[in-house]
Amino acid sequence: MNKMSRYILRRSLLAIPLLLVISFITFVLNILSPMDPAEVVLHAQGVPQITEDLLAETRTALGMDQPLFIRYLNWMLSCLQLDFGNSYVTGKPVWSMLGPAFLNSLKLTVISAVTVIVLSIGLGIICALTEGRWVDKSIRGIAFFLTSMPSYLLAALLVWYFSVKLDWLPTNGIDSVQSYILPVSVITISYAGIYFRIVRSSMLNHLNEDYVLYGRACGLPEIRITMRLLRNSLQVAVSIFFMAIPIILGSTVVIENLFAWPGLGMLSVKSILSRDFSIIQAYVLVLAAAFIAVNTFSDVINTLLNPKLREDS
Amino acid sequence: MSILLISKLRIWDGSTGKVIIPAISFELNSGSCLAIVGESGSGKSLTCRAILRLNQRNIRQSGEIVFQGERIDRLAENEMRRRRGKQLYMIPQNGMRAFDPTSVIGVHLRDTLVHHFGWNRSEIVEKMKLAMQSVRLKDPVGIMNKYPHQMSGGMLQRVMISLAIVLEPDIIIADEPTSALDTVSKYEVIEQFCRLREKMGCSMIFVSHDLGVVRKIADEIVVMRDGNIVERGEASVLFAKPQHEYTRHLVASHAGIHEHFNRVIGGPAYVSR
Repeated sequence: MNKMSRYILRRSLLAIPLLLVISFITFVLNILSPMDPAEVVLHAQGVPQITEDLLAETRTALGMDQPLFIRYLNWMLSCLQLDFGNSYVTGKPVWSMLGPAFLNSLKLTVISAVTVIVLSIGLGIICALTEGRWVDKSIRGIAFFLTSMPSYLLAALLVWYFSVKLDWLPTNGIDSVQSYILPVSVITISYAGIYFRIVRSSMLNHLNEDYVLYGRACGLPEIRITMRLLRNSLQVAVSIFFMAIPIILGSTVVIENLFAWPGLGMLSVKSILSRDFSIIQAYVLVLAAAFIAVNTFSDVINTLLNPKLREDS
Repeated sequence: MSILLISKLRIWDGSTGKVIIPAISFELNSGSCLAIVGESGSGKSLTCRAILRLNQRNIRQSGEIVFQGERIDRLAENEMRRRRGKQLYMIPQNGMRAFDPTSVIGVHLRDTLVHHFGWNRSEIVEKMKLAMQSVRLKDPVGIMNKYPHQMSGGMLQRVMISLAIVLEPDIIIADEPTSALDTVSKYEVIEQFCRLREKMGCSMIFVSHDLGVVRKIADEIVVMRDGNIVERGEASVLFAKPQHEYTRHLVASHAGIHEHFNRVIGGPAYVSR
């Protein structure tokens, strides 16, 4: 186990240079954008006449007259304390807007990820065990149909039926637990429909392995064989599942806008439209950090599952 | 007296309808070793798995399989499962892949023995220890705590043989148990198979394309080609006077290699009796 904690530590340390590179790229991309932040700020403040003097003054106030590297360093250091500066548009601290939105998106993402994983594993097992029979065929057929539907259409259909026609569920916002049902369902349907195939095919590949044959030839009960199969075939799925979390987090834009979910997706679209670069910058950084964190975590889990990797670590 | 009787066994691919083995019949006499010989793709492995009814789902089979006077091809799946391992034990080709890669070897041994005999942990360790020592595996307890990838193919084959010693099955089906091994391990494993037969007097079906190995262990031989049995008979007779053209070809090419080997080494080959 000592070896394991060393591995975890080393893997986490490896994430640091990666984060530095990403943060630098984010920072530079913002600088390269054609819009002058000072101009955006002045527009947002409703200044009628933007003069050169005013622009220069604002640039100094924003600290943009300093050398690039110093600005990056200052930005990085304050980012570490969750201080991403102020919004160019509203003037409020970025984190006071981004934080709650991040939390809302995270709730939606984590709940969806759990349902996606549970459903994918469940359906994957059922389909693998009934391969080629009608259960497998019908599950795959329905999943194919549902995933080929764009999520906004699916969302609209569900809202129309469950909220408008039956009046069972709210159409938007986060007021109660019920608010989660529709957005989570839409996300789950579109992702589980893809991921269960990975579990299924991975299990089918392992079904032809000799250890399954030998286990059966030794007369082991089928449940034991299935457990072994699952543990072996999930190794492939684990990394994919973990990567699904930041992907869902990053792609909630459509769902959040459809269900008026006050999360990252809504905020980022709003910020892009109003050229609020400080928020976009922080948004990209937070997402990238989430990607790296989750990736590190999935590597650790995989190492725990696979004795061969454990040794190499 | 025959312990296993196979008649008109037919095997085909259920999804394409392609017949792989049209109809083969053979029997295994109690206490003897029957070798199934033939090149890869001749249907040897499929036949072995068909006896245990363990072919992949799309592979279908028909025909009679009578084991100790009972039609096992008609048994319900859980009845059949009860006979697997305890009465009909199979040793697959590649030891490196026969064990669950995510668990230590001991887990499989314990699972199997608990399932068939309900023994407790210390009983299992005790019995496996004796069995492993008898196949010249050193440090049995250490082996039980090792993962398959930490061991060699030959060691894993011997672990499977030692499990057979504890299970005491009526028939052991060994599907090319030496084809994935280097020469030295092959020699050791074959020696353990021979000792296993002497010690337990069990019947054995031994699949191989290695005539040198077959010559050492088999009493009777069945030669398969393209899903058909082309020749069968006692090992000594078959090696001395092969009837079918294909068998003659096999024996001749084996003798050729044998001779060449002798010439190169300058002594008798390790397998010759």
